[in-house]
Amino acid sequence: MKRSAALLAAAALALTGALAVRAAPAEDVSDSAIQADAMPPLLSDYGFFADAPAQQPAKGVVPYRLNTALWSDGADKLRFVYVPSGAKASAQGAEANGGLLDLPVGSALIKSFAFTENGKRRLVETRLLLHRAGGWVALPYLWNAEQTEARLALAGARVPVTTPTGQAISYRVPNKNQCKECHGLAGEVVPIGPKARNLSREWLTGFVRAGHLDRLPDRAGVLPVWEERGKAPVASAARAYLDVNCAHCHRPQASASNSGLDLRWEQGDRALLGVMKRPVAAGRGAGQLLFDVVPGKPDESIMAHRMASTEPGVAMPELGKDSVDAKGVALVRRWIAEGAK
Amino acid sequence: MIRTAIAAALLLATAVPAIAATHKIEAGEGAQEKLQEALILAQPGDTVELGAGRFTLTDGLSLDVAGVTVKGAGMDQTVLDFTGQLGAGEGLLVTGDNVTLRDFALENPKGDGVKSKGADDIVYHRIRVTWTGGPKATNGAYGIYPVESTGVLVDGCQVSGASDAGIYVGQSDKITVRNSLVEANVAGIEIENSRNALVENNLATRNTGGILVFDLPALPVMNGGNVVVRRNLVVANDTPNFAPPGNIVASVRRGTGVLVMANDRVLVADNVIAGNPTAGVMVIAYTQPFTDERYNPFARNVVVAANTFERNGTDPQLDGGPMLLQAFGGALPPVLWDGIAEGATGLRVAQGVAGWTLGLTRPGQPLAEAQPAPLQVPGPAAPFDTAGIGAPAELDKRIG
Repeated sequence: MKRSAALLAAAALALTGALAVRAAPAEDVSDSAIQADAMPPLLSDYGFFADAPAQQPAKGVVPYRLNTALWSDGADKLRFVYVPSGAKASAQGAEANGGLLDLPVGSALIKSFAFTENGKRRLVETRLLLHRAGGWVALPYLWNAEQTEARLALAGARVPVTTPTGQAISYRVPNKNQCKECHGLAGEVVPIGPKARNLSREWLTGFVRAGHLDRLPDRAGVLPVWEERGKAPVASAARAYLDVNCAHCHRPQASASNSGLDLRWEQGDRALLGVMKRPVAAGRGAGQLLFDVVPGKPDESIMAHRMASTEPGVAMPELGKDSVDAKGVALVRRWIAEGAK
Repeated sequence: MIRTAIAAALLLATAVPAIAATHKIEAGEGAQEKLQEALILAQPGDTVELGAGRFTLTDGLSLDVAGVTVKGAGMDQTVLDFTGQLGAGEGLLVTGDNVTLRDFALENPKGDGVKSKGADDIVYHRIRVTWTGGPKATNGAYGIYPVESTGVLVDGCQVSGASDAGIYVGQSDKITVRNSLVEANVAGIEIENSRNALVENNLATRNTGGILVFDLPALPVMNGGNVVVRRNLVVANDTPNFAPPGNIVASVRRGTGVLVMANDRVLVADNVIAGNPTAGVMVIAYTQPFTDERYNPFARNVVVAANTFERNGTDPQLDGGPMLLQAFGGALPPVLWDGIAEGATGLRVAQGVAGWTLGLTRPGQPLAEAQPAPLQVPGPAAPFDTAGIGAPAELDKRIG
């Protein structure tokens, strides 16, 4: 079943490519909307989609998936990348920067969040990262009830949704600043997801072939595919999950740098990964526990405790989470139980 | 409302940077979005003015623009009410430099009150953070929480109910905390892994510990020191510790006036330190095991100069407390030292300051090995050099 899911994903990629070709007569992407120093009020102002409600991308807008993705209340995420014609990313640039694709100015990353309710997909928000001359800009767009258009929601919003596990929650659309809380690194906004290690070799090869990247970067696709995590060593699957879900803040120069915790995939120092690390500024988030990760003892580990909470001040991640990722918690607990190696 | 915001966005995006503007926001329907939009759209130099009244908020606010002033109608008039907060780790997060926050209050944030991270030259003036249910372990951790910043001025603020520290300055440099009232927190004021901090003219009362100066291992910024604690009222800090146990402040004994742990060059002078049942001033090494080789666990070059000490050490939360009280004639001397010195950098006290020592010799040594004795240490060899300690003087100009 897992294999068939992967195959389906590949088929979907091929299909969306075909659809994009078919929809070519639609308007092109607006490079000026991406690059001008303004905040377009409507998602349609950018022309990223041939059919936005159906999430069919316009020409030059490429869908992608990540091997292991950030969990957001179980939302379906539809990811797209746009690179302006005549520009391309360099593999060397990615390799010099932890594998993060160095998408050129004029590029955009588009991520739509959707929930399936009563058998129908409902788009909630589309988040944009726009690479402008002055750096990346993050903007959130909120879909209307009619599902015809998404409007800029600088201050974010709260939207009632039902998660795939049937839980009714107040889903948080982040405000513009909250985008930066996760995407901030040394004071600048940067993309998080599209790192070579978290993109498949097949997709990257296609991206090269399409002329958006000069060659295949090193260490492409080394993070395990989430749906196939059962086949990966638990340490590999759990460390990938922590990298993708936690390390954008818990790393040097990012939002939670003062915690001293560094959960990046490449971090090899177990103390920095939280093993027998005392909390610094966790406050009541630590509960009754003394250490972040106690090998062999998930019940005594602050990390597992905070992941399993939805209470502000305790819950981790702090943003983009109004319910608990039971599968993620189970994976991290297993990693801890098996020694957090 | 969204339309207005968009219009504003387009205007701001196209207009030539103009004279500083004031954006007035009133409490009431849609306050969350209106206030957050104003904080996002503000330009450097602008003021976001909060009207009098109660702003009912569901999510944390944040400010990422440099040089903005956020100003209310007074710490009792403008209240940001986070009692119904659903998300975010703090009430207000500031990440821009040169920000001034003044004349408003936050009540019942679920996590921290105001956090400013990597926000240099920040001023907190007449900000109140209150957990209205009194001291509870379920209250948020820090009331006022500047971290990883250079240039911090906290003046005329009030914090009560924090389950960690009322005013917590961490991993920062050039700091002044003054004229503030901290009451019924676990720690009143805490200066942690920071340098060049001046703590003066504050009132710390009914906390578990009044004023704490710490250095902790395994953090990006360490080597805390150059701290002056002077002219404070540190009175009746007697609330039982209500911190969650994993936190370092959970180890603070009820009734600690001033605590200095693992720091370099700290002066405690001209304070009134009274009615603190465990100790008026406690000077100790870091007590727990650590592996960080960059870390120095000793309290070095700490000076307790003349202070007014009254009624401290009357009910110490220490093993063998009753016996100690008996041995010292009913109350412990006001200064408690663990006796652990790195070379010749051990505690110095001014003539006439009474104290006692645990007689320990190495960090982490079990308390069971203590050999209590009256304190006999030399006076300070030279006047304490306070040059360079405190917030940059320019920050004063913002609070005329």
